[in-house]
Amino acid sequence: MKTCLIVDDSKVIRKVARHILETLEFQVEEAGDGREALDRCEASMPDVVLLDWNMPVMSGMEFLKLLRQRGHSDQPKVVFCTTENDMAHIRAALEAGADEYVMKPFDRETLHIKLQLVGVA
Amino acid sequence: MQVSDSSSRILAGLLEAKTGQQLTMSRRWRIETALSSLLRERGIATLDELITILVMGKEPSLSQQVVEALLNNETYFFRDRTPFDMLRQTVLPRLTEVRGTSKRLRIWSAGCSTGQEAYSLAMMFAEDPLRWNGWSIDIVGSDVSENVVNRARSGIYTQFEVQRGLGVTQMIRWFEETDAGWRAIEALRKNVRFQVHNILEPPPHPGAGQFDIVLCRNVLLYLNADKKKLAFDRLASALAPDGLLMLGAGETVIGQTNKLVADREWRGLYRQERRDPVPPTERRAANG
Repeated sequence: MKTCLIVDDSKVIRKVARHILETLEFQVEEAGDGREALDRCEASMPDVVLLDWNMPVMSGMEFLKLLRQRGHSDQPKVVFCTTENDMAHIRAALEAGADEYVMKPFDRETLHIKLQLVGVA
Repeated sequence: MQVSDSSSRILAGLLEAKTGQQLTMSRRWRIETALSSLLRERGIATLDELITILVMGKEPSLSQQVVEALLNNETYFFRDRTPFDMLRQTVLPRLTEVRGTSKRLRIWSAGCSTGQEAYSLAMMFAEDPLRWNGWSIDIVGSDVSENVVNRARSGIYTQFEVQRGLGVTQMIRWFEETDAGWRAIEALRKNVRFQVHNILEPPPHPGAGQFDIVLCRNVLLYLNADKKKLAFDRLASALAPDGLLMLGAGETVIGQTNKLVADREWRGLYRQERRDPVPPTERRAANG
């Protein structure tokens, strides 16, 4: 079973994403900000991270840059999942090392295909 | 909003008369949802009031709008992926050999809805420029609904639609942000054209015997047996003698037409039934 870490400060989004991911047979962990997500990755690296952009304490972009700097051999795939939906943000995310990008709102089909495209579903 | 049996029957009759399609059980369940925004737009309070207007024929344009609302336009880019992989990896390489002289391919996306399948095909060709350099690739998308054909022509998709089925790098390569939404760039749109067309009518331009590949996926399930047979006849007539028809997963020609047979090599693809039972080479030998 593949593991997914959902990083989002919204409980509602985490709940919806968890539901979808569990129907796709993922084992799901949650974090409310980038700092908590880094700690979780240190403890156990997931296969994929579903990452919000704007969060308190540490943003998704800061988290991604720090994660990629750490140079772990078991780097997870990172799928941004955010309301930052313009071309500039998308390009910045890809340059920082994101593998995919989901714009909110999204549905199960969209997320499933994105996870297939990064090779974890 | 309650949907009575008599209202369902009237709507079913209207849909069938205009499109040949049936109001299947799955569509009956979504009548309320499908028509709610139309009722709001037109200031019609109840479904009964709508039915009354339709039956009295007071507003002819309304019946077309009702039909458009009842049609299922579900689609997304590279839907089901596997058919596109098969085209890219095996079918198209074979076609480059047999069409190597004319260097022309004609593809029909029949029942294209808002155009994602046709644009997916266009992306497939555009992403392999070396192979297709010097080729003329015509992609025709058609649908019975004028609304969706107009949307397909515009090449403009909502944020929700543009990311359904597309990887992010594909999305930012082939679409640009506009005030109206995400628009397919000119390089993609120039190879695709769309037209309003009912699959029960003779094939669209360039017409019979001209298409190398016809995709008609998840369209025929809304037709009754007689209409389906007619649709298969039309699709078969559209194909070049060695052209291929692609249906949706779980759809088949078997037991439904004698004009098409399953391709021996590629699962899910169909070709015209050979009318002459003796292959030309054998016939020459027999006559010689």
